[in-house]
Amino acid sequence: MMKTRTWMFGVAILLAAIAAGPSQSILAATPPANSSPEVAVKEVAVKIDNFSFSPATITVPLGTTVRWTNRDDIPHTVVSDDKTFKSKALDTDEDFTYTFTKPGTYGYFCSIHPKMTAKVVVQ
Amino acid sequence: MKVETKEQRFGEPDSDGIDRRGFLKCMAWAGTGALCVIKGGVLNSYGLGRVAGMRSHELQGELSFVQISDSHMGFDKAANPDVIGTLKAAVNKINALPVAPAFILHTGDISHLSKPEEFDTVDQLLKSASTQDVFFVPGEHDVLNDEGKQYLERYGKGSQGSGWYSFDKSGVHFVGLVNVLNLKAGGLGSLGGEQLDWLAKDVQHLSKSTPIVIFAHIPLWSVYPEWGWGTDDSAQALSYLKRFGSVTVLNGHIHQTMQKVEGNITFHTAASTAFPQPKPGEAPSPGPMKVPADKLRTLLGVTDVNYVRGKHSLAVVDANLV
Repeated sequence: MMKTRTWMFGVAILLAAIAAGPSQSILAATPPANSSPEVAVKEVAVKIDNFSFSPATITVPLGTTVRWTNRDDIPHTVVSDDKTFKSKALDTDEDFTYTFTKPGTYGYFCSIHPKMTAKVVVQ
Repeated sequence: MKVETKEQRFGEPDSDGIDRRGFLKCMAWAGTGALCVIKGGVLNSYGLGRVAGMRSHELQGELSFVQISDSHMGFDKAANPDVIGTLKAAVNKINALPVAPAFILHTGDISHLSKPEEFDTVDQLLKSASTQDVFFVPGEHDVLNDEGKQYLERYGKGSQGSGWYSFDKSGVHFVGLVNVLNLKAGGLGSLGGEQLDWLAKDVQHLSKSTPIVIFAHIPLWSVYPEWGWGTDDSAQALSYLKRFGSVTVLNGHIHQTMQKVEGNITFHTAASTAFPQPKPGEAPSPGPMKVPADKLRTLLGVTDVNYVRGKHSLAVVDANLV
């Protein structure tokens, strides 16, 4: 009886070691309930409609994912001025997401209709 | 942009007596395709609805050709769910012309989403046209996602750079330009330094009496910059053409016919074969304009151009698809 318990304890330590090792990404994707708010993944929507991005300027906290959805009958793209992010051509109702992991001001435009410009401010 | 505008029916060629070689800002919006007849350097316009009633000698010259534009193959939204049907109607219109055109110019947006099958469909439909010679320039919809690589493979044989080229027919010098690539945030269409240098060299040895036809997708004049309807460095390109007696610029992109004459240069935009777009500033955006089904084909069209040696212009006639 005593021997069996010791063996089970050993297995438990081994499992804990595996969990703490290479699985950081899994832990990050499922944060514990008491994690701070800025770790929580937040999504903000930008609509592409009537050849414009709306809202034209958004200010979001670090770690925010922005989802652009094309509501026009004409394809558009979402391309940052410095090419940090670049979507393919989005047909009607297609979308594109990008998660901002560095603070800064990201100007972007539609590379098909370059008069369409907007920006994301990441704080 | 505020410009003097003038509504004009293409069915009344030059009846206004306006001196088209003088400094004139004249734009015309008309729900028709165009027949372009090049007559000795000055451009005359006829509504294709009127062409059937004209004597053939009025339409004949050394050279006649047809411009079609913006077929947007693959587009399937409410503004026109049958872009195959309307392109077929355009081909039928071409085949019904009293004088078979020497060739067709397609001024871009062949496809809607740069899909191979969209290009294939247009190529197939154009095979039934009365001429098999078709010259293309790309629209922004033809170079999506690959910076124009597929377009060049399909249509760029013998061209320079991203697809520009020139050729001569019946004493007229034609230049196809590309202004839909490497567009900058906040900007308009762009030709770029390399292409401008090429253009300067391409025309420098021509005599000033050589009629010039420049064709490109986005207008090479400021139609309505607020909607991106212009080309940032077009003035540089046009400066190389100032010494010529007759220059005709043919564009697409804005899905409506419009004309302006300034000095020696006549600007003309063709209707789309797919769907109309609103007049500048008359809608919240330049998106596809939905019109009643029975009106659609009056707003789509083809353009016929005729050149008569010794006259001073190319005549351009727009025709709708009804």
